[in-house]
Amino acid sequence: MDSLLPAIWFGVLGVLLVGYAILDGFDFGVGILHLFVARTDHERRVTINSIGPLWDGNEVWLVTFGGALFAAFPTGYAALFSGFYTAFTLLLFALIFRAVSIEFRSKQASRAWRAAWDFGFAGSSTLAAFLFGVAVGNAMQGVPLDAAGRYAGRLTQQLNGFALLVGALSVSLFALHGGLFLLLRTRGLLRARIRRLVPYLLGGFVVLFVLTSAITVARLPHATANLKAYPVLWLVPALNVLALFNIPRALHLERPGYAFFSSACLVAGLVFLLGVAHFPNLIVASDPANSLTVYNAASSTGTLRLMLWIAGIGMPLVLSYTALVYWTFRGQVELDETSY
Amino acid sequence: MDDVLFLSRIQFALTIMFHYLFPPLTIGLGVILVYLDGMWWRTGEEVYEQAARFWTRVFALNFAIGVASGIVMEFEFGTNWATYSRFVGDVFGSALAAEGIFAFFLESGFLAVLVFGWNRVSRGFHFFATCMVALGSFFSSIWIVIANSWQQTPAGHHIVPMLRDGEPWIVEGEVMRRAEITNFWEMVFNPSSIERLVHVWLGCLILGSFFVLSVSAYYLLKKRHTEFAQRSFKGALILATLSSLAVLVSGHSQANNVYRTQPAKLAAFEGHYRTGPGNAALFGIPDDEREELRYAVEVPGLLSFLLFGDPEQEVVGLDRFRPEDRPATAIPFASYHLMVGCGTFLIGLSLLGCFLLWRGTLYERRWVLWLFVVGVIPALIANHSGWVAAETGRQPWIVHPPIPRDAGGELLLGPEGKVRYAEEEALRTSEGVSKAIAADQVLGSLILFGLVYLLLFAVWIYVLNEKIQHGPEPLESEREGGTSVGGAEEGFLAAAGDRASPGGGALAGARDVDSDADPEEPAGEEPAGEVPAGEEPAGEGPASESEERTGGQG
Repeated sequence: MDSLLPAIWFGVLGVLLVGYAILDGFDFGVGILHLFVARTDHERRVTINSIGPLWDGNEVWLVTFGGALFAAFPTGYAALFSGFYTAFTLLLFALIFRAVSIEFRSKQASRAWRAAWDFGFAGSSTLAAFLFGVAVGNAMQGVPLDAAGRYAGRLTQQLNGFALLVGALSVSLFALHGGLFLLLRTRGLLRARIRRLVPYLLGGFVVLFVLTSAITVARLPHATANLKAYPVLWLVPALNVLALFNIPRALHLERPGYAFFSSACLVAGLVFLLGVAHFPNLIVASDPANSLTVYNAASSTGTLRLMLWIAGIGMPLVLSYTALVYWTFRGQVELDETSY
Repeated sequence: MDDVLFLSRIQFALTIMFHYLFPPLTIGLGVILVYLDGMWWRTGEEVYEQAARFWTRVFALNFAIGVASGIVMEFEFGTNWATYSRFVGDVFGSALAAEGIFAFFLESGFLAVLVFGWNRVSRGFHFFATCMVALGSFFSSIWIVIANSWQQTPAGHHIVPMLRDGEPWIVEGEVMRRAEITNFWEMVFNPSSIERLVHVWLGCLILGSFFVLSVSAYYLLKKRHTEFAQRSFKGALILATLSSLAVLVSGHSQANNVYRTQPAKLAAFEGHYRTGPGNAALFGIPDDEREELRYAVEVPGLLSFLLFGDPEQEVVGLDRFRPEDRPATAIPFASYHLMVGCGTFLIGLSLLGCFLLWRGTLYERRWVLWLFVVGVIPALIANHSGWVAAETGRQPWIVHPPIPRDAGGELLLGPEGKVRYAEEEALRTSEGVSKAIAADQVLGSLILFGLVYLLLFAVWIYVLNEKIQHGPEPLESEREGGTSVGGAEEGFLAAAGDRASPGGGALAGARDVDSDADPEEPAGEEPAGEVPAGEEPAGEGPASESEERTGGQG
């Protein structure tokens, strides 16, 4: 059991990341689409309020992911956030700015005020989604960690071609996911406009997905090493493709809830694929000897065990009140005096 | 590297101090909301709903900015303090992760119900959600204060070499070491956590209650929402008086605790350089080079008396510590005295308020009400300067070493008459900073955070002012032109549900008719557009919230 703890914690972090990507993913998507699909002030309030009561709780998944990474793999946490210093600073900036935009947009009736915050909301959502993709792109390529597990990264190196591609993939994935979410939460003209846009979002994602996969298979041998060693793992990308194809099918059947569920599975599957491809590495180094793995970067066995208790008690609670809140605010958006 | 260290410290100070404007306010207001929402749930009386809705709007604004600025904190340990993170992750990270799982999810999940759920959930469930949000904010303070207290007075851990493939991990000839938990509960109940937690909570209650006092006093001065303001004022005054008196006791016991666990810090607070009977300075300028407090105005023996009950007793001074083990005295001294000064002012002000309330002349004394309007600022300063004193007084350590003592509890001194800390048991702030980052990166992020926080601050003040100018929604009875009813003798915090509401049923009926008749309103919503002329003076303030809500610009 004790020797399994680092691997279990890799899994727990995976679950937190999946939760974050699915939940804040549709938030980002709503932000990315905000300027394109919502034209009138009323429509823009509807799109913002579609995530109004939810975005704050969704961001907590990231905060908890950060805390859990800190606790379970301090060396990985330290290397990751100091190595991607400028990228993370920009990400935090985007997240703050996004929160502020949501909070303040509807506080004034002035057209210029609202337009400015609309741009802030859309821009920061897009930037955040993009930067997550850039971070994943760099992680897939591996970074030059030194023997002390440090990586002195610069943003200019991190914005390389492949990372930009993964950044774009991330934006398109969340745009699709957010579009499907909005189908559940809107009605009328706005919904019809989103419905017309979804096939294009889907097409864009497929193109980027195929391109990224092809480059990964051709140019990043270590990223596919696990799949080659354990062919059964090909099931994971296969399930991803299945979830992807299920989206147009569900839309054709006029079952938007099912379509959103499929895109959630797609997001989860992609994070899962990333985990499967990386394991047991947390951060792949250009020199494999310096890679940070779940074993050499982990906290002590006692702490991992203790933390598992904390997670075991806490996670069911978290899931139950997340479910409760989503249930309370289900259905189409109704603007009232408490709305943004 | 020095630049990286300096800029990182500035950035941490900036981000944490900005963030800490909000948590104490939400913790304090949270307690008040629980009371109001609970009374509304039990009695169903409109006054409580009115007050709960108003303070919830203010609470939600503070909460949102608290969350936005708090995300930075969670990651800043990794970005700027990577060496520290590696060293303490096993201990400190657990507390932070526990905070995320137990506190943040609870707060943010139920906050949605609290803020957006008025028309969607029952009164009982709304009250439950309010309790959960308040509980979450308390959990959050518990875990973060535990984590911070562990840095100040570490316990329940041991320092061991880090292993790689079963061997000690050696980088550039140096063994990498870290702290690992050996006893979780000893870590949680480390020697300072309870005292500090109580002190922090009292600080939050003081800030929350002085915030309510400030807004209420403003309404009283402007003769707006008078009944609402009087009730709020009285309730908050009781809370403010109790908590500011309690903080005196807590502060005293905390100072004793600091002397036991971090004697150099207390010496810095008091500008006490030479070991011997301790004076308490009312004023002074500490001079670290000459090792004396210049221009000192002191009460002789008071420090010794407060610590030991004996004005002659020797108090350990900074001279017992090697220069490289001492905090720079200026900031801890100044901020500690600022905190004590603000605290004393707040005690005096709240006692004065109670006295005048008892005499029944409080609401005529405009200058006292004005003091209460600005009183929220010293309350904020007291909270902030207390933390500044605690953190700068901890220097030069980011994780404080244990205090070497003999069996009798006396400080163990080295051959040169100075305390020899076990350096390998601790971490210096200068060692904790990230080695992989460059000064220009930190400068860039510092500017970026500085700008975004400036914006955030401006918008916060602006919207807060809007909400205060708009005030609580008028009561149904007031809308109907009915006279406002009794109850003026009871503060809302102290009051039981003794308020009569004649004609409540009939008014509730009238309300439905109202909203149906109003073509501007979304179906079934409160007819917020109808503010009686007397309630909000014409031309006062920009567009009211009710106008925006109904989509002011169509």
